[in-house]
Amino acid sequence: MGASPVLPPVIVVGAGQGGLQVAESLRSEGFSGDILLLGAEHHAPYHRPPLSKGLLLGETTAGQVLIRQPAVFDKKGITLRTGTRVAGLDPAARQIVLETGERLEYQALVLATGARPRRLPVPGADARGVHSIRTLDDAQAIGAELAAAENVVVIGGGFIGLEMAAVARKLGKAVTVVEAADRLMARVVAPPVSDHYRALHEGHGVTILFGTAVAGIAVEDGTARGVRCADGTMLPADLVVLGIGVEPETVLAEGAGLVCDRGVVVDGCGRTSHPDIYAIGDCAARRLPDGQCQRLESVQNAVELGKACAAAIVGPDKPFIAAPWFWSDQYDAKLQMVGLSAGHDTVVARQDGATCSWFYFKDGRLIAIDSVNRPADHMAGRKLLAGPNVLTPEMAADGAYPLKDAMTAPVA
Amino acid sequence: MVKIIYKTHDGDVSEIDVPEGWSVMQAAVSNGVDGIEAECGGSCCCATCHCYVDEGFADKLAAPNDQEEGMLDNTVAERRSNSRLSCQITVTPALEGMVVTLPEVQS
Ligand SMILES: Cc1cc2nc3c(=O)[nH]c(=O)nc-3n(C[C@H](O)[C@H](O)[C@H](O)COP(=O)(O)OP(=O)(O)OC[C@H]3O[C@@H](n4cnc5c(N)ncnc54)[C@H](O)[C@@H]3O)c2cc1C
Ligand code: FES
Repeated sequence: MGASPVLPPVIVVGAGQGGLQVAESLRSEGFSGDILLLGAEHHAPYHRPPLSKGLLLGETTAGQVLIRQPAVFDKKGITLRTGTRVAGLDPAARQIVLETGERLEYQALVLATGARPRRLPVPGADARGVHSIRTLDDAQAIGAELAAAENVVVIGGGFIGLEMAAVARKLGKAVTVVEAADRLMARVVAPPVSDHYRALHEGHGVTILFGTAVAGIAVEDGTARGVRCADGTMLPADLVVLGIGVEPETVLAEGAGLVCDRGVVVDGCGRTSHPDIYAIGDCAARRLPDGQCQRLESVQNAVELGKACAAAIVGPDKPFIAAPWFWSDQYDAKLQMVGLSAGHDTVVARQDGATCSWFYFKDGRLIAIDSVNRPADHMAGRKLLAGPNVLTPEMAADGAYPLKDAMTAPVA
Repeated sequence: MVKIIYKTHDGDVSEIDVPEGWSVMQAAVSNGVDGIEAECGGSCCCATCHCYVDEGFADKLAAPNDQEEGMLDNTVAERRSNSRLSCQITVTPALEGMVVTLPEVQS
């Protein structure tokens, strides 16, 4: 019998949310070749969202954040190699090079390398007691210091920083959030949403300093003791958590000459500028029909682009086109967001007691909804934003108007 | 450990010994049971962990909170009187032997 030629595996670099999705979706799309999933971390793929939520509160254990047990990888025929960092790509030879120098051949390569936390470029930022929160190891290191900490300073008033602030308050710590802008989550939500969250955090006893830059970390015996602000204020701190954003992990792609624009540039199926190389998740910047590149940092984006990438490798294409969605848990407030509000010209609120949704319009067209404890509005928004709709700001603001009617209702 | 029995739409049955305190969703996903997606990882934000619970256990489960209610109204498969989001059911000894049936589609 003639041996059939054995193709090299599909190699997925990065064993996070997106990498796991590609590997599993390759199987559900019917791919029968070898799949090699390589991750630099020592952990099997895990959920990152609980790191700044239930994990530090003890509501979720490290065992519960792992997405799959080892046996599942065997069952699905996926070879997982953790603790394995890829050092470079050699697209001409269709090979990757590991840190150890080992070379591995691929038939298709997927970069799912995620993002790394931005560093704080001030003196003292590398002291003990100063942490980013990206990995399970980061969260466990914070957890180990949190119990004994009295004063927690969070630098950055974005989602992760605010989730961290909420967790620390729930644990009874004194918490200060230092934010450079004049409002919270300024990059993604409108001023009324920022105001809502400011009131929420201040109501829970968090001190928020706006328009405040950090000049340095005060260090004693190698350990952080305070945060020095640019205006000279010294904030006592025994735990400092950085929530100042992330940079896409594009080192491998750039080294191989792939087109990057604040992320590895891809189409709706994760295809990069090089045939047989794909990129998905936090490291990828998706080219939209208007030519703009959009990089998202969310579970949905990692999962959906992961599915689309697997489909493209197996064929036929199933591009990722759904409206982006995201959530954030702070105290008992669940923020659910759908669509992207950047560029809006009108915001209207739909409110009932402590629950509220903000609807964003541009040129009369709905582009996004942010909801606090109003899951039905959020889910209606996912459907409204998936197709044509006739929702006007007046309808959105009228709590009695059934949102689902706007999906089909003809304009009167 | 508490035994939970998962039945997929196709009739595949998996019996899983679930640690107390885990959710019905976590044990299924961890063991690679098909028919649950759980995209949001248990944050009650995706409604892709929908299941139908054994009617006999209805009185042993805490009622859905407002968030779960809102998401349950938006499951892709039909919502029935015994529909729940499996990420919101915490396993306790009272659930020993509970059968959860998974819908044909989650997304
Ligand atoms: C604390 C926290 C809270 C979050 N909360 C939410 C939330 O509530 N909702 C939401 O939608 N999203 C949330 N996110 C974002 C979400 O987790 C990410 O968008 C998602 O994990 C991205 O998946 P990914 O696969 O692209 O990257 P990742 O999950 O980051 O995985 C990338 C992996 O690649 C590995 N890697 C990188 N370079 C190499 C290399 N050269 N060789 C081998 N391996 C490499 C990394 O070590 C990493 O393990 C949160 C993120 C964090 C950190
Ligand atoms: S896992 Fe997302 S709602 Fe249950």
